[in-house]
Formats: sequence, structure tokens, C-alpha cells
Amino acid sequence: MSEADLTLEQSAGVAAVMEESPFSIPSSKLVMWLFIISDACTFGALLIAYGYIRNSAADWPLVFKSTSIWNALLMTFILVSTSLTVLFAVKASQADDRQAAFRWTMVTAAGGILFAALHIREWMSLIGQGVRLFQNPWGSPMFGAAFFSVTGLHMAHVLAGVVALVVVGSGYKAGRYASVHIEIWALYWHFVDLVWMFVVPLIYLLNMKR
Amino acid sequence: MSANNTNSMRTTYIVYGVILAIAVIQVVVAITMGPSLGRMLILAAIQAYLAGMFFMHLRDEKSNLRLALIPATLFVLVMMNMVWADSFRLISMKPFAK
Repeated sequence: MSEADLTLEQSAGVAAVMEESPFSIPSSKLVMWLFIISDACTFGALLIAYGYIRNSAADWPLVFKSTSIWNALLMTFILVSTSLTVLFAVKASQADDRQAAFRWTMVTAAGGILFAALHIREWMSLIGQGVRLFQNPWGSPMFGAAFFSVTGLHMAHVLAGVVALVVVGSGYKAGRYASVHIEIWALYWHFVDLVWMFVVPLIYLLNMKR
Repeated sequence: MSANNTNSMRTTYIVYGVILAIAVIQVVVAITMGPSLGRMLILAAIQAYLAGMFFMHLRDEKSNLRLALIPATLFVLVMMNMVWADSFRLISMKPFAK
């Protein structure tokens, strides 16, 4: 039994004399859920701010060509697939298969890095076309600010998730973490995926060149 | 592997396929019918529901947790939509009503 499992067992011993949680989940998982709902509100506020600026600009540019749309679709495929691989990691950790859990966590992290690389390629393409935070060659100068802030915050979440998955995955393999830790970071990873489901239609498809 | 586990994984694969299919439908709809905000948001909400319920296992959690998380989040997100009227005012550069 690993050190992490022993710590959890000791906590469970203390919890046995206390009232049961109304949610029947470990407090660390509840904290991740609370973080997720607050982060959902952050992304919601950012997307609504983008909508506000877009709606109030008379010359909002429609810039995304079909290559960008297919790139976004490929990124969606990668991110949704990593949601599946992180589920495999959770299943493996629940079965106490440390090797498989580590492997699937690393596959998920690699998918996250690939996603970020494709995203940076998209950024570089727009920067190459003259898009900056407060200027672009086509129309409303706020387009760059809206695009880079929404996608930048999402990319920061992806990169933070990659770091967390590598740390927790290797820590779980070494016995420093328990399976619940893999499960908690899998929740975070699914949330990053969920946010992307709104970023693609609102940022890419609504600004598609027609 | 137990029958329960096999069923749960089969559901996961189906949800994965449906989420990807909706992503493709979104692009096809945007290209053929034009990217209307309503259509895009409905499709994204279906994807988000599936991801939340099946990938994040919200459907397996106690209803207490779902009731604590979902209505509060939706309330905050809906209240943020109060700004739209002002953005419509800005595009026509209308002054505030006295």
C-alpha cells in the first residue's frame, strides 16, 4: 500500500466518526468542482465580454478561412480524444494498475502538448497576417484582443493541465498520490475540453470568412 | 472486466462519438446554413451536457452535488447576459434614455 493510500485511509478513519458529507465525495474533489464552477464563470464572463465587443463593433472582421476551421476541428478531435484517454487513466488507477494509469496520463499530456502546438501555429499564422492585440488589417481593432485573450486563457489552462497530469501521473506511479488524485485532475481536463466546445463555435465559426 | 464496467465503457465510446459528430455537424451547419449564434450555442450546450454527465460523471454523483453546482453556475452565467442591451445601444450610438 502506498504512502498516499495510507494517508487517505487515516483520513477515512477520522472521517468515520464525523457526519457524512452531503455530497458523498472527498473534500479534494469538491474543491475541484468549486474551482470548475468558478472557472466556468470566468470563461463565461470573457466570452460575453467578447460578444459585447463584437456586437457593438460595426466593422467586426470575419477572418477565419477554411484552413483555420479544419485546424480547429482537428484540435477538437485531439482534445475530445484526450478526454477519453484520461478516462482510461482513471479506470486503470481505480483498478490499481499504476503502469497503465501512468501511461494513459502521459498520452493525455502528449495530446495536450499537440493541441497547444496546433494552437500556437494558428496564432503565428494570424500574427503573420498582421493581427496584434489592438490592431489588424481588416476592421475593428478589438478583434485581436478578443481572440488572443479567450484562446490564450484556454491555452494556459491546457498547459497547466499538462503540467498537473505529468506531476500527478508520475507521482501516482511512484506511490506519492492515490487514484483519487488522478480522478480530480481528469475532472479538470474534461472541463478544459468542455470550454473548448464553446470556444470553437463562438470564436472560430461565428468569425468564419463567407 | 465486469459486465457493468463493459457497459460503462461502451456508453463512454458512444458519447465520445456523438460529441465528435456534433463538432462536425457544427462546422457543416456553419458552412451551409451560416453560423447563427442560436444554432451554435444549442449544439455546444448538447456537447457540454454530454461531457459533464458522462465524462465528468455528474450523472453518477448524488443529486445534492448536481443541485449545488449546476443551478448556481447557470444563474451566474444567465445574469451576465444583462450587458447585451448596452452593446446594442453602442452599435447605434444611442444616448441613454433620460
